[in-house]
Amino acid sequence: MENTVRTDAPVLALENVSVALPKGGDRTNAITDVSFEVGRGEIVCVVGESGSGKSVSAQAVMGLLPKGQLALTGGTIRLEGREISGLPQAELRRLRGQRMSMIFQEPMTALNPVERVGTQIGEVLEIHTRLSPAERRQKVLDIMAAVHLPDPASMIDAFPHQLSGGQRQRVMIAAALVLDPVLLIADEPTTALDVTTQAQILKLIAEMQARRGTGVLFITHDFGVVAEIAHRVVVMQHGRVVETGTRDEIISRPREAYTQMLIRSVPSLEPPARAPKISAVTLEIDKLSKTYVSGGFLSGKRRVVKAADNVSIDVRRGETVGIVGESGSGKTTVARCVARLIEPSEGAVRIDGTDVAHLRERQLRPYRKHVQIVFQDPYRSLNPRRTVGASIIEGPVNFGETTAAATKRARELMQLVGLQPDALDRYPHQFSGGQRQRIAIARALAMEPTLLIADEAVSALDVSVQAQVLQLLDDVRERFDLAVLFITHDLRVAAQICDRIAVMQNGVVVEAGPTTEIFAAPSHPYTRALFAAAPGRDVHFGAGLAVEA
Amino acid sequence: MAIADATPLRPRTSTLRQLARSSSVVIGGLLVAAMVAVAALAPWLGTRNPGEVNPSVRNKLPGFEATIRDDDGNKVPVSYRFGTDSLGRDIYSRVLYGARVSLIVGLTVSVISLAVGLLIGLIAGYVRWLDGIIMRFMDGLMAIPAILLAIGVVSIFRAGLFAVIVAIVVPEVPRVVRLVRSIVLSIREEPYVESAITVGTPTPLLIVRHVLPNTIAPLIVQGTFICAAAILIEAILSFLGIGIPPEIPTWGNIMAEGRTLFRVFPHNILYPGIFLAITVLGVNMLGDGLRDVLDPKMERRG
Repeated sequence: MENTVRTDAPVLALENVSVALPKGGDRTNAITDVSFEVGRGEIVCVVGESGSGKSVSAQAVMGLLPKGQLALTGGTIRLEGREISGLPQAELRRLRGQRMSMIFQEPMTALNPVERVGTQIGEVLEIHTRLSPAERRQKVLDIMAAVHLPDPASMIDAFPHQLSGGQRQRVMIAAALVLDPVLLIADEPTTALDVTTQAQILKLIAEMQARRGTGVLFITHDFGVVAEIAHRVVVMQHGRVVETGTRDEIISRPREAYTQMLIRSVPSLEPPARAPKISAVTLEIDKLSKTYVSGGFLSGKRRVVKAADNVSIDVRRGETVGIVGESGSGKTTVARCVARLIEPSEGAVRIDGTDVAHLRERQLRPYRKHVQIVFQDPYRSLNPRRTVGASIIEGPVNFGETTAAATKRARELMQLVGLQPDALDRYPHQFSGGQRQRIAIARALAMEPTLLIADEAVSALDVSVQAQVLQLLDDVRERFDLAVLFITHDLRVAAQICDRIAVMQNGVVVEAGPTTEIFAAPSHPYTRALFAAAPGRDVHFGAGLAVEA
Repeated sequence: MAIADATPLRPRTSTLRQLARSSSVVIGGLLVAAMVAVAALAPWLGTRNPGEVNPSVRNKLPGFEATIRDDDGNKVPVSYRFGTDSLGRDIYSRVLYGARVSLIVGLTVSVISLAVGLLIGLIAGYVRWLDGIIMRFMDGLMAIPAILLAIGVVSIFRAGLFAVIVAIVVPEVPRVVRLVRSIVLSIREEPYVESAITVGTPTPLLIVRHVLPNTIAPLIVQGTFICAAAILIEAILSFLGIGIPPEIPTWGNIMAEGRTLFRVFPHNILYPGIFLAITVLGVNMLGDGLRDVLDPKMERRG
């Protein structure tokens, strides 16, 4: 087998590859006539929004298309010049792990929770080589050291749950690289990670491919990541390749309209100048703490976790205040305390001057009207069994409005958020993610709130849709003079929409102030680390594009 | 900012059509339907009075034919398709009428267990401080073997249909409670439920509108399994002589009666046994098929 390999051929070449969708889908092909190459030691990023077919392309290469649902219908896939598209499963299995390997988005589920990480990395060696157990262990230790896992000698016998998310992804990379494959496919490998961890993993992937000369096919939706590591970029839409080019070509001078639109949608890290708001304070979070106590009944050992600790933030009318932080920073805890989905342990939450922090549900009811929340996951924030109209009018009807009046208002709101009023009779599954998020905003607005909480409200959306929903949020803020509490992990988004931001870490606000000031001169080390980790921070997206009139 | 609202209506395969496509739903449903028809139409299927004792035709094999003098003194030819028992009762008639008891027990037990379990489960899932108390009590109930518990309950009441139903419901309720509670606990974390809280939906309405509909499909599935178990337990209790009084024909009673002469006249046990097996098989297949179609985990997203 080895002697048939031509060393001058690109590591991976796709030529007019098509994959058919099962009948009854919204289009006939998952991918159509996809062609691109990955050279030796080259990182090629495939970017596209959801449904663009970027993951299907990777699955086609690995021979991992879901059986009975997707089938390769045309084109050739060559690995090191050798056609692999028609190979039987047994052959492909030999290639997988040995010549090409793959890492996935979710390191939590990609590792077997009941097996030691050393065994999982060594499994590849066990299958593909005839090394003795001692030799295998040595090789595993070597590769673990190479991916900078701390203390490989003890970590080799650890279980996945004992590792952090970033360490798990390093284990995945170690397992993928242990046999020195020529091709590494990375399917959104950093999407589930925090931004600081993401920066480390990106650095690791770049380092590994530089040192070993591996060709990397990197699938992502994030242009920041593209700017960070790509040599060349393939842009996909609706299963077709829209444009290919070097990183700089795509990022600063994209030729195709679609790519230009995508690039323009990437929020800039430079916050626009905003006049400070001097209107009345709508929300005042005063020394808010939320502690969770667990254990202690039998063992006598109590574990106290401070999810939020002495947090003070206020939001004025017509102002957007962002809470920025990584997972576990307590930003969502604060939002849930303000919405009174949970009761704070200490401190006050004043809405227009009234402290609601410790009110009982019955006393709380009048204030429910004033505070509304939009959640992250558009697929779960609407009851799938009820029409969107029923979801929108539920609140007003709860507060005594007639169904007819509430429906009339719902129709106006649908128009306001950019949807057809007639769509009120439809069910949530008939809408796309972005449209559902618009409906969720309409539902919140139906209550005529004074405070709107957006809990990662645009994080699950594609970049072009994200830009539109952000625009909508800003529009309704201005139109209804809303106070907006905007929870996000994304610095770019925060820069574009927030007047002021508070940076949280481990339940504590480490830094707060006007967005422009914090972005210009972050003072806290953690804030600085966050900024340093933001992918593509030095890149000006669409630099070569004409400025829109 | 007008956004193209061009979402095409995604075709959704109706649940009914999916059910019709599942072979275990179809076969199970047909078996159950046949049993229901047999039970309902028993008087018109050539049966005699199932309680009629006739000492002259005791212990006859299936297919035995005799001429019997009826109440008016006329001689009528009678064919005992499934033979007779040791009191000369027609086993065919008894088995067909016995289907009524089994199906009534199966249906009532599953309906009552589901209703009671749903109520307790909703309370346990929603009222946090009651959860521990309710669930430990349920755990306690589950620790006692169902048959033993049923025997205990029957011994409190007088033996009869009502006592048997209560006796089977009690051990089944904790299973339903667990199921409902776990669904409630996961649904109440859903953002759409939290949204409903923030728009001020009162708790009872919240449960009826947003939580309850999610429990229906799993409860239907659970109901079929309870039904099958109830039919079996009823037969066991009757067989042990602590269920429904022996003068009422039930499959368990027929088998209990035939037990003593089992080696000589196996048909006494064979026929009710076959009916029992077919019924339980049918109900279980129906339940399996329903689970495959209705289980949200098997459902495709969208």
